[in-house]
Amino acid sequence: MTHVPSREGTAAMPGSIQVAPSPPVQYVLRRADDALILGHRLSEWCGHAPMMEEDMALANMGLDLIGQARSLYAHAGTLEAAGHDEDDFAYRRDERAYVNLLLVEQPNGDFAATMLRQFLYAAFALPYWTAMMASRDATLAAIAAKAEKEMAYHLRHAGEWVVRLGDGTGESHARAAAALDALWPYTGEMFAVDAVERAAIEAGEGIDPSGLRPGWRAMVARVLAQATLAMPEDGWMQQGGRQGRHSEHMGYLLAELQHVQRSIPGAVW
Amino acid sequence: MVMTAAETLRARAWEAAAAVVDPEIPVLSIADLGVLRDVRVAGGRVEVVITPTYSGCPAMHMIAAEIRLALARAGLGEALVTTVLSPAWTTDWLSQAGRRKLAEYGIAPPPPGGGRRALFGVEQVACPRCGSGDTEQIAEFGSTACKALWRCRACREPFDAFKCH
Repeated sequence: MTHVPSREGTAAMPGSIQVAPSPPVQYVLRRADDALILGHRLSEWCGHAPMMEEDMALANMGLDLIGQARSLYAHAGTLEAAGHDEDDFAYRRDERAYVNLLLVEQPNGDFAATMLRQFLYAAFALPYWTAMMASRDATLAAIAAKAEKEMAYHLRHAGEWVVRLGDGTGESHARAAAALDALWPYTGEMFAVDAVERAAIEAGEGIDPSGLRPGWRAMVARVLAQATLAMPEDGWMQQGGRQGRHSEHMGYLLAELQHVQRSIPGAVW
Repeated sequence: MVMTAAETLRARAWEAAAAVVDPEIPVLSIADLGVLRDVRVAGGRVEVVITPTYSGCPAMHMIAAEIRLALARAGLGEALVTTVLSPAWTTDWLSQAGRRKLAEYGIAPPPPGGGRRALFGVEQVACPRCGSGDTEQIAEFGSTACKALWRCRACREPFDAFKCH
């Protein structure tokens, strides 16, 4: 018998914070969590990348994302007005309170899987942040203007690797194709609209992500064609990250991310 | 022209803050970089406004600490350092002096007013050592967030290039 605990019914870990369910706070936290979790995944490559240049590139991209996360968490704290700072959001929430896309928490896998994940996310994040520069929320618009420049770099770098791996050797092609097929069911969640998204869209603070789908598909199709990789068919799409229901990988990721603060609460350096 | 006390304080504070250098590119001051955005004086207290080059630039904490130290050393009291994100920093804000200092230091400066290159386009960078245009990119990401790694085919030297941003 499987038991799926409800979010409300899950006992919080000692020292965890409870975040207000208010839609504007949750809207910002979703973007902050996307950036932090993907940034953390990239940081796991530090010292392990296949070559020195890629070690630098992955660390640099991770740094961009963690920088974006910090600005977004600080803004969420201001909107929530409950005294939570960026460290509280990053280190003192339970898994169910994280609202990132399932795509960004997927394991690094091999280098092809990491680059495909980065490419699929950046191809969404670049037009998303470009559109968000017109947000009625001035702070979000300012964060968007920086994130947009950074995501253009990530898209170019990851896109060039997708081409190189797909149109490379038989081995690199097979690995890139396998990664693409494995990650594809996680791409639909980027464009989903629920009550939190709708509230932000109606307030002019967020944008409708479903409107970005044709442009995203065109960008992905163009790079995959160059990479000689077949575009997967849209089938069942995994969802739940935005509601705090994560894949089995998330708990392990948070255990590493939060370990020091959970062991020694309030530690600073 | 007679300056008021606040104007004098502001001018001295700007001078002190503008002398702070980027810890990762020590030939460039934060004024050359365009990171120093404003200096304000309110009630005898100085506020220095800076903007990060990249969202996650790890040098920002050190730059803020160096500014507070520089102003305290100049006898201008305990300054407040504020970080703003908007308008977003661009390499177009690098001063002419800054571009010249970068090239002399061996880092290819970004093309002025170049904006951003096409998403998958080709980029042309001149070697800061021999001036040759026969160069190639080794890595899109270099030793810091703001630089890429290049190599000159003419003089065979590798060099850093400031990313156009």
